[in-house]
Amino acid sequence: MAEFLLAAAAFILAMVALGLVRVLRGPADADRMMAAQLLGTGGIAAVLLLGAATGERAAVDVALTLALLAAFAAFAFVKARSAPAHGAARTDDAP
Amino acid sequence: MSVVLAWWTVLAVVAGAVFFLAGTVGLLRFPDSLTRLHALTKADNLGLGLVVLGLLPMVDSVSAGLKLICIWLLVLLSGATAGQLIARTVRRDGSPS
Repeated sequence: MAEFLLAAAAFILAMVALGLVRVLRGPADADRMMAAQLLGTGGIAAVLLLGAATGERAAVDVALTLALLAAFAAFAFVKARSAPAHGAARTDDAP
Repeated sequence: MSVVLAWWTVLAVVAGAVFFLAGTVGLLRFPDSLTRLHALTKADNLGLGLVVLGLLPMVDSVSAGLKLICIWLLVLLSGATAGQLIARTVRRDGSPS
Protein backbone atom coordinates (compact mmCIF):
# COMPACT_ATOMS: atom_id res chain seq x y z
CA MET A 1 0.00 0.00 0.00
CA ALA A 2 2.83 2.40 0.84
CA GLU A 3 4.37 1.94 -2.60
CA PHE A 4 1.06 2.69 -4.26
CA LEU A 5 0.59 5.87 -2.22
CA LEU A 6 4.12 7.03 -3.01
CA ALA A 7 3.56 6.37 -6.71
CA ALA A 8 0.30 8.33 -6.61
CA ALA A 9 2.06 11.25 -4.88
CA ALA A 10 4.81 11.21 -7.52
CA PHE A 11 2.23 11.11 -10.32
CA ILE A 12 0.29 14.07 -8.92
CA LEU A 13 3.50 16.07 -8.44
CA ALA A 14 4.54 15.32 -12.02
CA MET A 15 1.15 16.46 -13.33
CA VAL A 16 1.29 19.68 -11.34
CA ALA A 17 4.86 20.35 -12.45
CA LEU A 18 3.70 19.90 -16.05
CA GLY A 19 0.98 22.46 -15.39
CA LEU A 20 3.69 25.00 -14.54
CA VAL A 21 4.35 25.30 -18.29
CA ARG A 22 1.36 27.64 -18.18
CA VAL A 23 3.41 30.01 -16.00
CA LEU A 24 5.88 30.37 -18.88
CA ARG A 25 3.31 30.66 -21.65
CA GLY A 26 0.92 33.03 -19.90
CA PRO A 27 -0.47 35.05 -21.60
CA ALA A 28 -2.39 36.80 -18.82
CA ASP A 29 -1.25 37.10 -15.21
CA ALA A 30 -4.43 35.27 -14.18
CA ASP A 31 -3.30 32.20 -16.13
CA ARG A 32 -0.02 32.17 -14.24
CA MET A 33 -1.88 32.50 -10.97
CA MET A 34 -4.08 29.53 -11.90
CA ALA A 35 -1.01 27.35 -12.45
CA ALA A 36 0.28 28.42 -9.03
CA GLN A 37 -3.07 27.48 -7.51
CA LEU A 38 -2.94 24.06 -9.11
CA LEU A 39 0.55 23.69 -7.65
CA GLY A 40 -0.86 24.52 -4.22
CA THR A 41 -3.67 21.98 -4.39
CA GLY A 42 -1.48 19.29 -5.92
CA GLY A 43 1.13 19.93 -3.25
CA ILE A 44 -1.50 19.43 -0.54
CA ALA A 45 -2.58 16.13 -2.11
CA ALA A 46 1.02 14.93 -2.50
CA VAL A 47 1.91 15.83 1.11
CA LEU A 48 -1.18 14.00 2.40
CA LEU A 49 -0.30 10.91 0.36
CA LEU A 50 3.31 11.02 1.56
CA GLY A 51 2.14 11.36 5.16
CA ALA A 52 -0.16 8.34 4.80
CA ALA A 53 2.59 6.29 3.12
CA THR A 54 5.27 6.99 5.71
CA GLY A 55 3.07 7.27 8.79
CA GLU A 56 4.30 10.80 9.43
CA ARG A 57 1.49 12.52 11.30
CA ALA A 58 2.96 16.02 11.04
CA ALA A 59 2.36 15.91 7.26
CA VAL A 60 -1.29 16.77 7.86
CA ASP A 61 -0.25 20.00 9.59
CA VAL A 62 2.04 20.81 6.67
CA ALA A 63 -0.87 20.26 4.27
CA LEU A 64 -3.10 22.52 6.37
CA THR A 65 -0.49 25.31 6.27
CA LEU A 66 -0.10 24.87 2.52
CA ALA A 67 -3.86 25.17 2.03
CA LEU A 68 -3.90 28.42 4.00
CA LEU A 69 -0.93 29.85 2.09
CA ALA A 70 -2.45 28.94 -1.30
CA ALA A 71 -5.64 30.78 -0.33
CA PHE A 72 -3.69 33.86 0.78
CA ALA A 73 -1.65 33.82 -2.45
CA ALA A 74 -4.79 33.91 -4.59
CA PHE A 75 -6.37 36.69 -2.55
CA ALA A 76 -3.14 38.73 -2.58
CA PHE A 77 -3.03 38.41 -6.38
CA VAL A 78 -6.60 39.65 -6.79
CA LYS A 79 -6.01 42.46 -4.31
CA ALA A 80 -2.87 43.59 -6.11
CA ARG A 81 -4.60 43.50 -9.50
CA SER A 82 -7.64 45.44 -8.33
CA ALA A 83 -5.64 48.18 -6.58
CA PRO A 84 -5.47 51.48 -8.50
CA ALA A 85 -2.19 52.11 -10.26
CA HIS A 86 -1.16 55.43 -8.70
CA GLY A 87 -1.89 54.84 -5.06
CA ALA A 88 -5.23 56.61 -5.04
CA ALA A 89 -7.93 55.52 -2.65
CA ARG A 90 -9.40 52.19 -3.64
CA THR A 91 -12.89 52.35 -5.11
CA ASP A 92 -15.14 49.40 -5.58
CA ASP A 93 -15.99 48.77 -9.21
CA ALA A 94 -19.57 49.33 -10.20
CA PRO A 95 -21.47 46.17 -11.13
CA MET B 1 -13.29 -5.79 5.45
CA SER B 2 -9.75 -4.45 5.34
CA VAL B 3 -9.43 -5.68 1.76
CA VAL B 4 -12.53 -3.71 0.81
CA LEU B 5 -11.12 -0.60 2.51
CA ALA B 6 -7.78 -1.06 0.74
CA TRP B 7 -9.54 -1.28 -2.62
CA TRP B 8 -11.56 1.80 -1.73
CA THR B 9 -8.32 3.68 -1.03
CA VAL B 10 -6.80 2.57 -4.35
CA LEU B 11 -9.94 3.43 -6.30
CA ALA B 12 -10.44 6.88 -4.79
CA VAL B 13 -6.77 7.90 -4.98
CA VAL B 14 -6.57 6.81 -8.62
CA ALA B 15 -9.74 8.77 -9.41
CA GLY B 16 -8.27 11.82 -7.67
CA ALA B 17 -5.05 11.49 -9.66
CA VAL B 18 -7.11 11.33 -12.86
CA PHE B 19 -8.74 14.62 -11.92
CA PHE B 20 -5.31 16.20 -11.41
CA LEU B 21 -4.33 14.88 -14.85
CA ALA B 22 -7.49 16.40 -16.32
CA GLY B 23 -6.83 19.69 -14.57
CA THR B 24 -3.32 19.89 -15.99
CA VAL B 25 -4.42 18.96 -19.49
CA GLY B 26 -7.22 21.52 -19.31
CA LEU B 27 -4.90 24.21 -18.00
CA LEU B 28 -2.50 23.60 -20.87
CA ARG B 29 -4.91 22.98 -23.73
CA PHE B 30 -8.04 25.06 -23.17
CA PRO B 31 -8.27 28.17 -25.34
CA ASP B 32 -8.98 31.02 -22.93
CA SER B 33 -8.65 32.03 -19.30
CA LEU B 34 -12.20 31.29 -18.17
CA THR B 35 -12.21 27.73 -19.54
CA ARG B 36 -8.81 27.18 -17.92
CA LEU B 37 -10.30 28.36 -14.64
CA HIS B 38 -13.09 25.82 -15.09
CA ALA B 39 -10.55 23.00 -15.49
CA LEU B 40 -8.54 24.23 -12.51
CA THR B 41 -11.46 24.29 -10.08
CA LYS B 42 -12.41 20.71 -10.99
CA ALA B 43 -8.90 19.56 -10.10
CA ASP B 44 -8.99 21.60 -6.90
CA ASN B 45 -12.30 20.38 -5.55
CA LEU B 46 -12.70 16.85 -6.86
CA GLY B 47 -9.08 15.76 -7.16
CA LEU B 48 -8.16 16.68 -3.61
CA GLY B 49 -11.57 15.56 -2.36
CA LEU B 50 -11.16 12.06 -3.79
CA VAL B 51 -7.63 11.79 -2.42
CA VAL B 52 -8.90 12.78 1.04
CA LEU B 53 -11.80 10.31 0.80
CA GLY B 54 -9.36 7.60 -0.20
CA LEU B 55 -7.06 8.33 2.74
CA LEU B 56 -9.86 8.41 5.32
CA PRO B 57 -9.89 4.59 5.96
CA MET B 58 -6.17 4.73 6.77
CA VAL B 59 -6.31 7.22 9.65
CA ASP B 60 -5.88 5.88 13.16
CA SER B 61 -8.09 8.26 15.11
CA VAL B 62 -11.28 10.25 14.63
CA SER B 63 -9.54 13.58 15.12
CA ALA B 64 -7.02 12.82 12.36
CA GLY B 65 -9.90 12.04 10.00
CA LEU B 66 -11.67 15.25 10.96
CA LYS B 67 -8.46 17.15 10.26
CA LEU B 68 -8.29 15.68 6.75
CA ILE B 69 -11.90 16.69 6.11
CA CYS B 70 -11.18 20.18 7.47
CA ILE B 71 -8.32 20.56 4.97
CA TRP B 72 -10.68 19.60 2.16
CA LEU B 73 -13.33 22.04 3.37
CA LEU B 74 -10.75 24.84 3.58
CA VAL B 75 -9.61 24.13 0.03
CA LEU B 76 -13.23 24.01 -1.17
CA LEU B 77 -14.00 27.36 0.44
CA SER B 78 -10.85 29.12 -0.74
CA GLY B 79 -11.04 27.55 -4.18
CA ALA B 80 -14.62 28.68 -4.72
CA THR B 81 -13.87 32.20 -3.51
CA ALA B 82 -10.61 32.55 -5.42
CA GLY B 83 -12.27 31.19 -8.57
CA GLN B 84 -14.89 33.93 -8.49
CA LEU B 85 -12.29 36.63 -7.76
CA ILE B 86 -9.90 35.49 -10.51
CA ALA B 87 -12.78 35.29 -12.99
CA ARG B 88 -13.72 38.87 -12.12
CA THR B 89 -10.14 39.97 -12.66
CA VAL B 90 -10.07 38.23 -16.04
CA ARG B 91 -13.31 39.85 -17.10
CA ARG B 92 -12.25 43.33 -16.04
CA ASP B 93 -8.92 43.06 -17.86
CA GLY B 94 -10.79 42.86 -21.15
CA SER B 95 -11.39 40.01 -23.52
CA PRO B 96 -9.66 36.87 -22.26
CA SER B 97 -7.10 35.56 -24.69
